Amino acid sequence: MIRLSSADTEAPEQAEDEAAETDERREALLAELGEHLGDAVLDSHIAPGRQLWIRVDAGSWLATFRHLRDDHGFRFFDFLSAIDWMPSPYGRYEDATVDVEGGPARPGPSDAAGGYATGVAGGETRFQVLARVAKLTEGDLAVIVKADVPPAGDDPDQPGSVPSITSVYAGADWHERETHEMFGIGFEGHRYLEHIYLPSGFEGHPLRKDYPLLARTVKPWPGIVDVEPMPGGADDEEGEES
Amino acid sequence: MLGLELAYWQESILRGLGILAAVLLPAGTFVYVFLFKMVSFMQSRLGPMEAGPYGSMQLLAEVGKFLQKEDLVPDRADRTLFKIAPYLVVGTVLLTYLVVPFGPDMVFIDNEYFGTGIFFALAVSSISVIGIIVAGWASASKYSLLGALRGAGQLIAYELPLVLSVVGVVIQAGSLDLQRMVVAQAEGEIFGYGGLGNPFLLTQIIGLLIFIIAMQAELAQTPFDMPVAESELVAGYMTEYTGLRFLLFFIGEFASAGALSAIAATMFLGGWWLPGLDLDADYMNVVGPVVLLAKMMIFGGLIFFVRFTYPRFREDQLQRFAWKVLIPLALVNITATGILKVVF
Amino acid sequence: MTVTEPTEAEQLAYISAKAADARINVELETEEGMTLNIGPQHPATHGTLRIVAKLDGEQVLWVEPIAGYMHRGYEKLVEVRTYPQVTTLVNRIDWLAASCNEVPFILATEQLMGIEAPPRAQYLRTIFHEMGRIAHLMMFLGDMGVQIGALTPMFYALRDREFVLNQTESVSGGRFHPNFNRIGGLKDDLPKGWLDETVRIMRKVLAFCDLMEDLLLGNEIFQQRTRGIGIIPAEIAQSYGLSGANLRASGVDWDLRRDCDYPMAWKHADFDVITHTDGDSFARTWVRLQETREAAKIVTQLCEDLPAGPIMAKVPRIIKVPEGEAYVATENPLGEMGYYVVSKGDLGPFRVRVRTASFNNISITPWLLRGVYVPDIITILGSLYFILGDIDK
Repeated sequence: MIRLSSADTEAPEQAEDEAAETDERREALLAELGEHLGDAVLDSHIAPGRQLWIRVDAGSWLATFRHLRDDHGFRFFDFLSAIDWMPSPYGRYEDATVDVEGGPARPGPSDAAGGYATGVAGGETRFQVLARVAKLTEGDLAVIVKADVPPAGDDPDQPGSVPSITSVYAGADWHERETHEMFGIGFEGHRYLEHIYLPSGFEGHPLRKDYPLLARTVKPWPGIVDVEPMPGGADDEEGEES
Repeated sequence: MLGLELAYWQESILRGLGILAAVLLPAGTFVYVFLFKMVSFMQSRLGPMEAGPYGSMQLLAEVGKFLQKEDLVPDRADRTLFKIAPYLVVGTVLLTYLVVPFGPDMVFIDNEYFGTGIFFALAVSSISVIGIIVAGWASASKYSLLGALRGAGQLIAYELPLVLSVVGVVIQAGSLDLQRMVVAQAEGEIFGYGGLGNPFLLTQIIGLLIFIIAMQAELAQTPFDMPVAESELVAGYMTEYTGLRFLLFFIGEFASAGALSAIAATMFLGGWWLPGLDLDADYMNVVGPVVLLAKMMIFGGLIFFVRFTYPRFREDQLQRFAWKVLIPLALVNITATGILKVVF
Repeated sequence: MTVTEPTEAEQLAYISAKAADARINVELETEEGMTLNIGPQHPATHGTLRIVAKLDGEQVLWVEPIAGYMHRGYEKLVEVRTYPQVTTLVNRIDWLAASCNEVPFILATEQLMGIEAPPRAQYLRTIFHEMGRIAHLMMFLGDMGVQIGALTPMFYALRDREFVLNQTESVSGGRFHPNFNRIGGLKDDLPKGWLDETVRIMRKVLAFCDLMEDLLLGNEIFQQRTRGIGIIPAEIAQSYGLSGANLRASGVDWDLRRDCDYPMAWKHADFDVITHTDGDSFARTWVRLQETREAAKIVTQLCEDLPAGPIMAKVPRIIKVPEGEAYVATENPLGEMGYYVVSKGDLGPFRVRVRTASFNNISITPWLLRGVYVPDIITILGSLYFILGDIDK
């Protein structure tokens, strides 16, 4: 039953068969959340047997976690971070096929006209916060909650703030500090939003896509020096499968 | 002693050189045998092997290294006190050796006014506490300060068990003078059998145990090495010392280990005398120091074996152990000895 | 962005401002307490972690850990690399167990690509993962002794750990950074005689565990120093996101190897998940000791049952991962380490969030270290066990 190659036509049916159970569990959880939170749940996505994503609006960010912890028993805090959906204006490496010439990205398949191409469970702003919490008493049941960070003022590319969830999960403290210094997203109600990794006088927010990786601007990517042939032989067949 | 009539000043020089030899030779032997070799074998490695045959000259190499280092005094430190502190510690060790007899005539001060032997030794060894506190405060560093204050508390707390365990031996020997203690052990009898003498090890076993534990604490060795807790305080009260001053602390540590081992060997094991040897003979002046050195090595081995095996106590656990366990036990020991001495 | 050279006056002003910041303040502010900087250079902290402690004598009033002295910017670095290059890079996050760092990332990538490694590769990946765990935890046991003051067990740990590292070296050429996992399988197969040798060495590991249990954990002073110190209740542990042995020592029965379903060989091995109810430093040490034993058992079982077959799935020469997001976390020696990979259908990842165990483990210290003594700070940090690269990425 273990799949040995990527081009296996039997895989999808088997996946659905075996994942039907956990699918039910996650579907049930999603239904309950939708019932309780109502309009706050904007979108969702389930990878069968693996993950459950929901996207809530920024106003109910805190209430969602409180509901998850108190009513559903999701007591374990995994991580909190953010994603910057703007494609990097600096390109990436010599063989990059996307993000080549700076500026806003071409609209992707999963969003409305204009705006950035975002990932699973959709999204409308440039920045999204996401956090994962888990319930340890029931196997690997976990929820990844995403929210769009409302822009600060008029500029849609500058993030505003979301409420801090440190009152619900104490562990979010350091994660929010890191997200704040790396992206510039504010967290209201945090006890001490100071830099954690970067020196105190640091200017800029490094993980934003428009903050350049200095090593690449100073010295261009050295390029492929030598390519190691894939083990198992038959390099020629695989070379065509790009 | 040698049949020569020496002027007093010549005798004093000999005494001075003798003290230096008495302090440095055992210290050096302790360092090589225990710190370099025994501990290395315990830790499944070889230890220094390059300097001299089997690394025997390593101590000389280390001395040379320390002597040629830069003389650093921290900016905010109290210069005078910072420089005095190591000499305080090492000086007291030299004074402690004064009362240890190495042979029937090999005593440094043979004076009826100086018959207070062990009392003098213990009094003088307490002065090293002052040296440690001065070192810690004068260094103007918080790590040194913490180390010094811990050291002060610990050393004062463990002085009492040390002294009290000695009192039992004094009662049994009937004198404070260490030479008389050796004689008492040599001439004593175990249940009527005089061949082995009566080493106080047998009757004062509790006293010996307390003395060994208190000695470990006085030397600030693990499990009592809070003042120099390497993983917490970098090097405790010695953090800011380098070069010659650090060397003095280092030598002082091993010399005081030697001094206390010598006192323990004299009080509990019979000192420079072995069963079967003549107490008053002249050749004992040569054999005696060797015998005493061998007995010192036994205690030294015990100290360092325990040092590298056990973890360290926390400061409050250490104090609790001294005040609640050792001191009551020592008092019980004294009472028992006194009663038995009178009865028998 | 243009980079302008700071003038000399600016440089000097910057340096003196930093010096004022770092100068040790010797005034004893007796009302508020004395500030002690433990680190960033210190024998006890495993790396450059700085802990600012406010003390009242020997007792701690509050503690603030300052991480980031070793921040290398992994999450930015991976955005300009292709997936195989990222594999090389993430070896270095938790540098004592390098093969363990690669596994979650490779699993996440394989999940997005929809492929799985062949069974032999799964078994071997699991074996290397467990061997990384053994090497890591042996170092922990020796190091716990050093923190408490027992200097000798460390040498035994390093001596016996050499055997495990030799095995890793004979298969991959690297003791600490084998860099052996590839997307889709492994780089190479095993050398001849490796399996028997590994089984033999696992017996040595078990003997070492017995030795440590006797010498270190059985020592009365060690028990006095660690029992009842740094108790973490299970609720607090979960809310801070503690993982690995820290969580299990507080009584929470959770092990990702048993409770999550991966294309790895843990489901084919028979092992116990050890928990302890106390939640103090001794419990954490004890749980890790038992985990070492279990890991040795797993390696022995998997070595004996190793299936034959290819060690690499059919992956294209140039790896392009389809669009999507995935999160995979595995039970690494330090705790739960996971990678949240966002892919946009390209040669390299769009965003990778590295969820490291030590980041969460150390974030509990301000709460945990109130009111303890200075020696207990060292004991508790030692028992929480972190690696700087894991905190600082």
